[in-house]
Amino acid sequence: MQSRPLRPIPGPVRGAISDAAAAGQAMLSFNLLIAVSLTYVAFLFAVAFAADRDAKRGRAGWVHSPLVYTLSLSIYCTAWTFYGAVGYAARSGMEFVTIYLGPTLVMVGWWWVLRRLVRIGRAQRITSIADLISSRFGKSRRLGVIVTLMAVASGTPYIALQLQSVTLSFGVFSGTGDDGDPYSMAVWVAVGLAIFTVLFGTRKLDANERHHGIVMAIAVESVVKLLALVAVGVFVVWGLAGGPAEVLDMIDDATLPEWDLRPGRWASLIFLSAAAFICLPRMFQVLVVENADERHLSVASWAFPTYLFLMSLFVMPIAVVGLNLMPEGANPDLFVLTLPLSQGQNGLATLSFLGGFSSATSMVIVATIALATMVSNHIVMPLWLAASGGEGPVRSGDVRSVIVLSRRLSIAGVLALGYFYYRISGGGSALAAIGLVSFTGAVQVLPALLGGIFWRGATRRGAAASLIVGFSLWVWTLFLPSFGMGAILPETVMQNGPFGIGWLRPEALFGIAGLDPLLHGMMWSLALNAAAFFVFSATSFPTPMERLQGAQFVDVYAHSAQSGAWLGSAATAEDLLIMSQRILGATQAQALFQAEAAAQGKGGYLPDVTQQFVQTLERELAGSVGAATAHAMIGQLTQGANVTVEDLMAVADEAAQILEYSNRLEAKSAEQARTARALQDANEKLTALSVQKDAFLSQISHELRTPMTSIRSFSEILRDEDMTATEKARYAGIIHAEALRLTRLLDDLLDLAVLENGQVQIYRQTGTLSDILDRAVTAAGVPRTKLKIERKRSREDIVLTTDLDRLAQVFINVITNAAKYCDAPDPVLRIVVRQGGSGHTVDFIDNGSGIPVVKQAMIFEKFSRLGGESREGGAGLGLAICREIMERLGGSITYLPGQGGGGFRVVLPASIALAAQ
Amino acid sequence: MGKKVLLVEDEPNIIEAISFILSRDGFTVHTHEDGMTVMDKLNVQTPDMIILDVMLPGRSGFDILRDLRADPRFETLPVLMLTARGQTHDRELALRLGANHFMTKPFSNSDIRDHVRETLAS
Amino acid sequence: MKSPGTNRFLDRPAYRQRRLRDAARMLPVAGAALWMVPLLSQVDPEGSTGAAGSMIYVFGVWVVLIVAAGLIARRMRHDDAESPPAANSGASPGGDQ
Repeated sequence: MQSRPLRPIPGPVRGAISDAAAAGQAMLSFNLLIAVSLTYVAFLFAVAFAADRDAKRGRAGWVHSPLVYTLSLSIYCTAWTFYGAVGYAARSGMEFVTIYLGPTLVMVGWWWVLRRLVRIGRAQRITSIADLISSRFGKSRRLGVIVTLMAVASGTPYIALQLQSVTLSFGVFSGTGDDGDPYSMAVWVAVGLAIFTVLFGTRKLDANERHHGIVMAIAVESVVKLLALVAVGVFVVWGLAGGPAEVLDMIDDATLPEWDLRPGRWASLIFLSAAAFICLPRMFQVLVVENADERHLSVASWAFPTYLFLMSLFVMPIAVVGLNLMPEGANPDLFVLTLPLSQGQNGLATLSFLGGFSSATSMVIVATIALATMVSNHIVMPLWLAASGGEGPVRSGDVRSVIVLSRRLSIAGVLALGYFYYRISGGGSALAAIGLVSFTGAVQVLPALLGGIFWRGATRRGAAASLIVGFSLWVWTLFLPSFGMGAILPETVMQNGPFGIGWLRPEALFGIAGLDPLLHGMMWSLALNAAAFFVFSATSFPTPMERLQGAQFVDVYAHSAQSGAWLGSAATAEDLLIMSQRILGATQAQALFQAEAAAQGKGGYLPDVTQQFVQTLERELAGSVGAATAHAMIGQLTQGANVTVEDLMAVADEAAQILEYSNRLEAKSAEQARTARALQDANEKLTALSVQKDAFLSQISHELRTPMTSIRSFSEILRDEDMTATEKARYAGIIHAEALRLTRLLDDLLDLAVLENGQVQIYRQTGTLSDILDRAVTAAGVPRTKLKIERKRSREDIVLTTDLDRLAQVFINVITNAAKYCDAPDPVLRIVVRQGGSGHTVDFIDNGSGIPVVKQAMIFEKFSRLGGESREGGAGLGLAICREIMERLGGSITYLPGQGGGGFRVVLPASIALAAQ
Repeated sequence: MGKKVLLVEDEPNIIEAISFILSRDGFTVHTHEDGMTVMDKLNVQTPDMIILDVMLPGRSGFDILRDLRADPRFETLPVLMLTARGQTHDRELALRLGANHFMTKPFSNSDIRDHVRETLAS
Repeated sequence: MKSPGTNRFLDRPAYRQRRLRDAARMLPVAGAALWMVPLLSQVDPEGSTGAAGSMIYVFGVWVVLIVAAGLIARRMRHDDAESPPAANSGASPGGDQ
């Protein structure tokens, strides 16, 4: 309810409805309206179903467009925006617009907060705002519970408000405001929404999946509500008032003293709405959780403000024209409906009704999903885990069905809560007044949220203090008084404070009286909230887990690559498989790897470690050990090459501390036991990583010492022993060959070191692919071997601008490999050039037996040998060098499985290749 | 004379060098290149001494050593470990697993010859 | 990227990107400041001035913000597609914390 002022609605709501009904000349049949609504709902069902189905088939392109993302944000505009903004404007003039200005500033300033939130949300697989807070402060369960309770307390009245608005708008059409039980209508609406939400909100078993169907349905609804409001606006401006100029005159004429902007309220409502836009659980759901692509934000940064602009453009005109045309005492909150009705525009009124209906349903659906996710993840699941005894979840299937069930129950529970709130509060003006109060409640998360993502010094105790202080003050100064004088707080408390303590009066804390009650409550709750956050953070010391998470959140840009992708994966499929088996269990992990390998067109268990695969794997692991842990573990593995020894020591040290800490807690619950196990694994992995570093050094040592051994030994033999001239010549030859091998090895090592450090100079030249291949074939010494080369020169006429020598080096390496290792009796190497989507590919395919599947993932690693035997010559650095070179040149080199022989694919990006015309 | 030495090593040039040195000294040198099948070979024919490289294709020298010491027949068989990795913990591991001696590549010919002589003289 | 801190002197497109980001950061600040302006004119002792004027002003600022945000978003994406390394440079530590 963005747009209701705190002041009660003038005139009884019921009376206004009857007036409107009387004003309507040709009233629509109530049953027809029901039919229209049901048809509309059926249509939404179809849309949601189609989107879900397409997403499942992988044809979700249209669901993932930035436009749909932008439209889904419009759940910010609820039914009380749709209807109530006009009423607000009629009472307070331009102040209504503050509710839209705040979100506009947040969207326009996406580079500050939203981009960071979305990046963190994706990197950490955040499921809700409670999850974000809990995860940031060391996976604190207590914080998750606090945020969830706050969200439910401030969100429930809001859901009640939507039920009320739908019921009221039906009432306008039924014509007989008091006919039958208005609550029974609300029950039906609530039940219908619960079914829709359960159907499309919990069909996906995985908690982290996005809800394509619902997002699509919401996008459609947002179009409907915009169309409806604009249609009514156009009708009012051009149909009733006679044009924009006339409307502006009418606005100036209608201006009342109450319409003056009150600076305090103006500024703080803009701030409040901006903050609420980020903190409301439902907004967090669509902004962060359902975000499919970070780039959508940049489109939404202007598109969503445009939406808000259009939504509010006609509010003043409708309000002023309504005040002029409608009878005295008509409820301005329903002008959007009653104005067209009074003019006999039944079609327009129906559209407007659907607009309001859309606003209400879409808000309720998303808010319910967001709240249910939080309730289920932070309250129901931990309770279930505790109740199911020390055993915990043994089979993973167990947990999943419980999660889905608990979500469904939570959805029903949240809606039931909303309904009962509506029922108990009587659905009157008391309920209407709670909109901004509810905003202020949601905003209490702001200090912990912003502090958490920008300040590494923020601690769990600071966050807990902030939330508790803010929430308590909000309850005392705003929430309880909002029920009305004497409803919950006795009048004496409001007047004189509890137990007569004057400075605790809810609307005049510490003796500061005379402020607008909303401003007063907001100022005190947020100020003390932020102060508590800072003081408790600064005076407490974070646990290692908090520090780890804090670093991950605050330095999210350093830790995650663009859109959360892993760059330059250094992990082998085998490493990943070993780790996954520990977490998922052998069968499940192997099935996963096998499926991925099959999808890549390979047999066996070891797929290529593509970014996509790593992301899939991480999501899979997140389902078992939690998002943060899974991310950290994969991060350590895939970016192993970039981790310094100091980093490792620091993290291992912290991990050990965490381990010790969680060991003490281990007995407490099954969930903690799981965390401990995950950490133990992470710790082992870290140790393994530092072992890998040692292994690299000892590899180099081995590679250098082996030729030196032969050299030393034979030179001693030549020096000390008598022998024949033939023997002498032979041993001198060995010494010579081993010396060459040593030189080659040192060259390669230097080359690789330079490439890996990125210090390499790229000398751009221009030449044709055909020439480079000629050079490579000659340099690889092919004419002296029995390898036959097959080429199609017509396809090689491609002009390249890149470091031609380096590219030739890659080709030489690949061709030499084929000459050396192709084991066919008549070895043939085919060089196939193709034009692909993003450039050209050059495939080198021989007719030998290829590389065994288990080795495919390893061949680009340092010191992995194609032949497997060291006597074959190279130290296994060639392909590692090739990979580094291609990375520097902006292309890639990969093993090409399934070609009936060994195959390598070199991809030349379009930026360096230019096909001859 | 003619005591048998089994050399387990996969670098052809090093094999040639050690064989040359020891043959000149009158030892019979058998060579084996694959870590996986060493134990099969030993079952057929027991040498008087083994020279064992650490980095072998198929199986590491440490694993082979562990197997040797677990087998009552080879418990006391003299083993000289060779490694090119040159790390202290390799040496410690080798000696802990029961190697009689440990040498880092590159070695001096006389060292290896003297050690074999000494071991096989008794 | 592998060599953080080495790109102190950027080539032209990368430099443009940085300034574009600065613009993106300034935009909400400018918007907030501009939207506070109606408060100044409200200090009119006459009392109720017409609401139409402030309405036109507020919506005018809105249009300006939308257009500016649109331009920035478009340029950013454009540059992203043209030179991926430049777009990535922001991810380096110290790049845009």
